[in-house]
Amino acid sequence: MNLKAELLRLLPRNGWLGLGVATLLFASVPILNSVTAADSALHTPDYLVALFGKFLCFAIVAVAMDLLWGYTGVLSLGHGVFFAIGGYCMGMYLMLSIGDAGVYRSKLPDFMVFLDWKELPWFWKPFDNFGFALLAVLAVPGLLAYVFGFLAFRSRIRGVYFSIITQAFTYALMLLFFRNETGLGGNNGLTNFKSLYGYSLADSGTKLGLYCLSALGLLVVFLLCRFIVVSKAGRVLCAIRDEESRSRFAGYNPTSYKLFVYTLSAVICGFAGALYVPQVGIINPSEFQPSSSIEMAIWVAVGGRASLLGGVLGAFVVNGAKSWFTVALPEAWLYILGVLFIAVTLFFPGGLASLLQKKKAAA
Amino acid sequence: MNLRSLLSLLVACVFALVSPSAHAQDLHQAAQDLGSSDKAKVQLAVENIAKSSDPAALALLEALGKDSLRIDAAGTPFVAGESNLLSPVFGGSAKPSGALTTPLVDNRLRRQLEPALASLKLGFPDAKVRLEAAKDLAKSRNDDLAGLIRTAAAKERDAEIKTALGLALAQIDLHGADKPLKLAAIAAISAAADASFKPDLERMTGRQGKATEADLDVKNAAASALGVIESRLMLISFIGNLFYGLSLGSVLLLCALGLAITFGLLRVINMAHGELLMIGAYSTYAVQKLFTVYFPAHQDLYLIFAVPVAFIVTAAIGMVLERSVIRFLYGRPLETLLATWGISLILIQTVRLIFGAQNVAVANPSYLAGGVEVLPGFVLTYSRLAVILFSSAVAGFVWFVLQRTPLGLHVRAVTQNRQMAAGMGIATRRVDVWTFGIGSGVAGLGGVALSQLGNVGPELGQQYIVDSFMVVVLGGVGKLAGTLAGAFGLGIMNKLLEPAAGAVLGKIVILGLIILFIQRRPQGIFALKGRAAEAM
Repeated sequence: MNLKAELLRLLPRNGWLGLGVATLLFASVPILNSVTAADSALHTPDYLVALFGKFLCFAIVAVAMDLLWGYTGVLSLGHGVFFAIGGYCMGMYLMLSIGDAGVYRSKLPDFMVFLDWKELPWFWKPFDNFGFALLAVLAVPGLLAYVFGFLAFRSRIRGVYFSIITQAFTYALMLLFFRNETGLGGNNGLTNFKSLYGYSLADSGTKLGLYCLSALGLLVVFLLCRFIVVSKAGRVLCAIRDEESRSRFAGYNPTSYKLFVYTLSAVICGFAGALYVPQVGIINPSEFQPSSSIEMAIWVAVGGRASLLGGVLGAFVVNGAKSWFTVALPEAWLYILGVLFIAVTLFFPGGLASLLQKKKAAA
Repeated sequence: MNLRSLLSLLVACVFALVSPSAHAQDLHQAAQDLGSSDKAKVQLAVENIAKSSDPAALALLEALGKDSLRIDAAGTPFVAGESNLLSPVFGGSAKPSGALTTPLVDNRLRRQLEPALASLKLGFPDAKVRLEAAKDLAKSRNDDLAGLIRTAAAKERDAEIKTALGLALAQIDLHGADKPLKLAAIAAISAAADASFKPDLERMTGRQGKATEADLDVKNAAASALGVIESRLMLISFIGNLFYGLSLGSVLLLCALGLAITFGLLRVINMAHGELLMIGAYSTYAVQKLFTVYFPAHQDLYLIFAVPVAFIVTAAIGMVLERSVIRFLYGRPLETLLATWGISLILIQTVRLIFGAQNVAVANPSYLAGGVEVLPGFVLTYSRLAVILFSSAVAGFVWFVLQRTPLGLHVRAVTQNRQMAAGMGIATRRVDVWTFGIGSGVAGLGGVALSQLGNVGPELGQQYIVDSFMVVVLGGVGKLAGTLAGAFGLGIMNKLLEPAAGAVLGKIVILGLIILFIQRRPQGIFALKGRAAEAM
């Protein structure tokens, strides 16, 4: 089979076109920021770059959530765990790379000096190494998801049971990370980072670089998930979503398929978390709150399930609204979010993506 | 009977009549002497008062010790009470005349006063006073009083006072040099298993620092007494944790009952269930507020009225939610999860706007304040006790509704097979609404209970929601017994693990245990067998 046919199977012609347009759109933000003069009408302000960089990370999470929920029918209300752990792995590296430039001029991270610790805990030590930190960003969430998923899927926990168990999972980890004794900064988390692999995080160049990495990451993750979805395995995933028992009788083992997707989505979330932390400059246990994980589900619901593009749209729309409302109308935001949860599920199950598809069908 | 003996009897009678008043006369004189500036005279007076058995003698010396004794110009003693209100020591309505003197108590007198007071109290006819004195003596060690206590202990008939005196004595003897006395002291301590001796015994046996006791027999006896005390302490903390576990379990039961009913019937997980708890607690607060404004005299009764109010308010909210949102989502459990989460956000924000983001104060009514000390160091608080009773009553109510009413019959029928029940003419839609109402109302009752145990704030429900889900997961659905077992199992396990692993690790351990438990018994807990499993 030739490459062109392969690529067309991955995405239709229009899809590639759209992807190109989207890439240009995302690229325009940093280009306009660095090329145009500060007072030009086309100039994108710095804060917008930072905001969009954040949204890109959320969009990566949304794609992973969509793969899991939209295509496999597994609603995890604990994916914040993997996002946060990826963030913490990166945060630990960033913390150690501060060296003795911290407030207390100590080799140890500031919070350890504050707690009067004399030595780095054992699990901190290898995070000195950037390569190890990058590996941990993917491996730790993956491993955790594998063990948790193995136990859960093996005993055929599904549907709402799986959702509430994952919620309890993130809740328990939140409590764990809130403790000072856990050794990860307690409720303040990790912050005051200075540099990433030698590049100062305060530099606008580094910020643009991180933005570009996030955009590139989103592109890769999107194509990867798309690849899985259009493959034969993707068909099996949909079968499991629609009729788990029947696919089991047909000879497929839903447990291993689910476990694979769950673990992969966790790895992707860890990756997104690692990109997120240097951009926002802090990681703390609030990321483990059950509410943050549920919000990830609403990104997908708003954008439209079982359409990876929907996840991206949803992440941008919901978070854009959140950024705007929490400043302009802080009291109203919870109402809007609440109504969004209800309205999307009641009246708009297809999400934003279904609008696009309808238009296409009409045309 | 001859004349002589008759005469002597008469004399005796006269003496018997006269002598108390003669004693009283002495007491009055001695009291007057207390005000004297002659120190020797004062000391003699204290000595004389200590010999008396008059209740006024005790009052005199106690007042003297507290520097609240006043003596007027006529030599009548008074006790200065609160805001310098003077009351005469010997009763009556005497008013002070002339200048008041406050007897000066120097250290020497104070030293004399202590044994005098102790002997007066220990010889007092009222057993309550004796017991209190014995307990006071056991609190702090005073070697000078050893002889006095020993005599009193030998004379004492009341077993409780005797034990207390024995402990007071043990405290002294433990530090003495006499070996048999020491052993007897340790035996007394061991019999009473009094935890206050733990540090002393630990020092003697060398558990803390170097052993201060050289004699091997004494040391061994001390070690075994220490063992007895420690096992008693463990027992007390175990019983305490069991009790806290029971009370946490009953709170969880109240939270999870409604959840289990609605989930069993409708296959719907209501994420806003925690907020219904919170609204129940706020209803209690609102009723309390109404009582403070309109019936301040009957403030304590508010709780009784809060119970039906909370039930009706939350049941009504639940029914409205069912009609307006949830019924459109039957058969789509995951979407319901998200929609009800949205509802919970709206409810939280609404309560915040009405009552403010801060916690509000719900006071325990006077009949629930305090508690009863069952064992030394372990108090059963009435509020927790009441919550346990209340949740049992609510569980009984739910059982009654489900098992003994026509509605319950319909609910069970629809839970087992919705289509079949509909085919038999049951109005399943109506059953759904009422069930949701009852489940929500029970959550409201849980809120009333929570308001008595802790803070009431807009985020109240969020704290309990995860735990009550775990109860449903653990206990399964459709059976009241499962929810009961799940709630109490989780509550007690939580509290028993807490001292060993800490509150946070305890929670994590429990989650791990639940996941492992599911590995062992997946069918028994969640998945219904056969076709019912597919319906989920």
